[in-house]
Amino acid sequence: MTYANPLRDPEDRRLPRIAGPCGLVLFGVTGDLSRKKVMPAIYDLANRGLLPPGFSLVGFARRDWADQDFAQIVHDSVKAHARTEFREEVWQQLAEGIRFVQGDFDDDAAFDRLRRTIEVLDEERGTGGNHAFYLAIPPGFFGAVVGQLKEHGLADEHDGSWRRVVVEKPFGHDLESARELNSILDRVFPSGSIFRIDHYLGKETVQNILAMRFANELFEPIWNANYVDHVQITMAEDIGIGGRAGYYDGIGAARDVIQNHLLQLMSLVAMEEPTSFEAESLRIEKQKVLSSIVLPRRLDLTTARGQYAPGWAGGEKVNGFLEEEGIKKTSTTETYAAVTLHVDTRRWAGVPFYLRTGKRLGRRVTEVAIVFKRAPHLPFTKTATEELTQNALVIRVQPDEGMTIRFGSKVPGTAMEIRDVNMDFVYGGSFVESSPEAYERLILDVLLGDPPLFPRHEEVELSWKILDPILEHWAGKGKPEPYPSGTWGPESADKMLARDGRVWRRP
Amino acid sequence: MIELTDTNSSAIAAEFVRARTRAGSPAMGMVMTLIIVVDEDEAEEAMLAARQASHEHPARVLGVVLGDGRGAAQINAQVGTGAGWTGETAVIRLKGEVVKHPESVVLPLLLPDSPVAIWWPCHPPSDPAADPLGALARRRITDAAAAKRGRAQAIHQQCAVYAKGNTDLAWTRLTPWRALLAAALDQHPLKVTRASISAERISPSADLLDAWLRDRLKVDVDRSASDGPGITEVVLETREGPIRIARPDGRLATFTSPGRPDRPIALKRRDLPQLLAEELRRLDEDDVYAATARRLAKMKVRS
Repeated sequence: MTYANPLRDPEDRRLPRIAGPCGLVLFGVTGDLSRKKVMPAIYDLANRGLLPPGFSLVGFARRDWADQDFAQIVHDSVKAHARTEFREEVWQQLAEGIRFVQGDFDDDAAFDRLRRTIEVLDEERGTGGNHAFYLAIPPGFFGAVVGQLKEHGLADEHDGSWRRVVVEKPFGHDLESARELNSILDRVFPSGSIFRIDHYLGKETVQNILAMRFANELFEPIWNANYVDHVQITMAEDIGIGGRAGYYDGIGAARDVIQNHLLQLMSLVAMEEPTSFEAESLRIEKQKVLSSIVLPRRLDLTTARGQYAPGWAGGEKVNGFLEEEGIKKTSTTETYAAVTLHVDTRRWAGVPFYLRTGKRLGRRVTEVAIVFKRAPHLPFTKTATEELTQNALVIRVQPDEGMTIRFGSKVPGTAMEIRDVNMDFVYGGSFVESSPEAYERLILDVLLGDPPLFPRHEEVELSWKILDPILEHWAGKGKPEPYPSGTWGPESADKMLARDGRVWRRP
Repeated sequence: MIELTDTNSSAIAAEFVRARTRAGSPAMGMVMTLIIVVDEDEAEEAMLAARQASHEHPARVLGVVLGDGRGAAQINAQVGTGAGWTGETAVIRLKGEVVKHPESVVLPLLLPDSPVAIWWPCHPPSDPAADPLGALARRRITDAAAAKRGRAQAIHQQCAVYAKGNTDLAWTRLTPWRALLAAALDQHPLKVTRASISAERISPSADLLDAWLRDRLKVDVDRSASDGPGITEVVLETREGPIRIARPDGRLATFTSPGRPDRPIALKRRDLPQLLAEELRRLDEDDVYAATARRLAKMKVRS
């Protein structure tokens, strides 16, 4: 007979899901990702009472540290970056479970120590053999680390316990390397135990795309080629590459952003209704839409790329990409990328999806804009509707999360003059407790073993299949077109839309 | 804040619109109307709590201060937007005859077509659903622990008149305890044979926890009095030994379970804005509270 917890009731929706006994092992503890995102998120989860009693955090790095030194690092990062208020008792709960293991990735003795540390934690803290390995390290080291995990029995699950591995982008730099990466992980962990973090999917607004589309009657009937003219998906950053030259050079905007975030956003916007919100059903629908994406025939006319040149951005004088520290003068890495994609389905036939991303653009914004066709007949004089453009529905992912609908309205006081107006919906948003950071949600989902928000390797590979021909085309085309910092990208991107008789929104 | 003296509902409603236009943002995505019924003394604190909760749930917050019921009717109001609020706010002070007809003031000010919640921070009516203001709302929030009179019976009284949509902050305060207890049984799938609770002598939350454990586990629950604050210990007896959560200081608890080492866990008592925000997160009937309230109504008042 299976045990039904008498204190649980599906109707009892106040009770939060608390992860079962478990621990997290963090590789790459000194990186920005660990200090700014992972550690604060763990504290915030503890503060919200969502971590199990006895939760343990093990750091693994080359530094010659004791447990306390690592605890101090976590303490500092939590103080500096946590979303919720710092409380001594929460820290006390966390601090008791913090351990540090010193070693290199090729150091057998260190992984032996790691295994013993975990065993001791199971004994002392009751983590029950459940551990997640968070690889906040460059993908080049994944092979070494997961190999060591396997060799030292760290990846083995014993009677009912689980072992999971968490990886961050980039998931390879093309289809082949992505497959290689997957096979490295696959050899050690079953695919259900591999969690790929795309932090965009942890955002409330992104999850709300599904709620908006499938919980309402209002939008779905017009969500197709009969009414939609085209879709623009934008992720713009106002900053340059900062200190990330080592990572960014040779990767570029398309690999860094389009392959994961933008294609995931696109699949949520374009997919058909899933049979349920189970991970499996969502995955099927996302995969379906990703495999129906096709590229236009003439890539030279339908894609654009650029590199930011020196200029003034937001009132500050800034360097161009080629002057950034650590970037070669001859670098052909793009910092701006725009692509045109088509979805070969009945729903989307003839509707182009324009995806663009870039650094040092006008402002920091991520949004999805569904631009509708013009009304087939306008019973007004031509002058009356001169200022009327196309209706649009804009999902603002960040910042200022919410939704805007743009439509025409009569200008008061005129005989008949029609102009675009915006209707705004903004999430209450600023209150902290209930609108968690993406990382909180995702780390909790890893610990709970709840996979709907994590892309699977099939999705990753499909995305590369879409992007690879574009990257290949660009590789043979020399240098990207420079664009002044603080503007909305290179001229070729504007021309690319102009050819279709369209313009980019100013987000 | 704009002061309106000797006013009426339509003037208050017009001021809402003017205030929004002045703020330069005539449209607002408010999701509900929250009515707060308070005394003059508690008004400020209650509005402050509502202000913080309004960040999560943008609302039109109407503070209704019921004054002396004698004499000629008079309505004074302070209306405002912004200044730390997401949404709109008005404190409406009633005097004279109109004190008996507060619903006539509030009804025209409800946001069209969106849910209404009402909160009595201190003096709940003996039957919230039958109260003229309470009847306007779909969520009626009382706080038995803050009752000024008859605190020992307050939660029993509320449970006895339970109607769909009623809830009490004593129940909200229990959520972290209940979550932890439920998680404990997830980890130790064992049959509970007996339970015990230690809490302050008068603790509506402990009474509700008592009723919830009896209702869910079908076991007897022993009670003992402690110095608090609030609930200090809960024990579930099982075949393999006790599962115990002890929280002597209202902040850090110790979690003990069979075959596992003792572990500290933060279990802080939450403050009003957080409780209110949780309460406003769902406005449909809380079935588990309904069952617990029915159960408690059948139990004797602890003396």
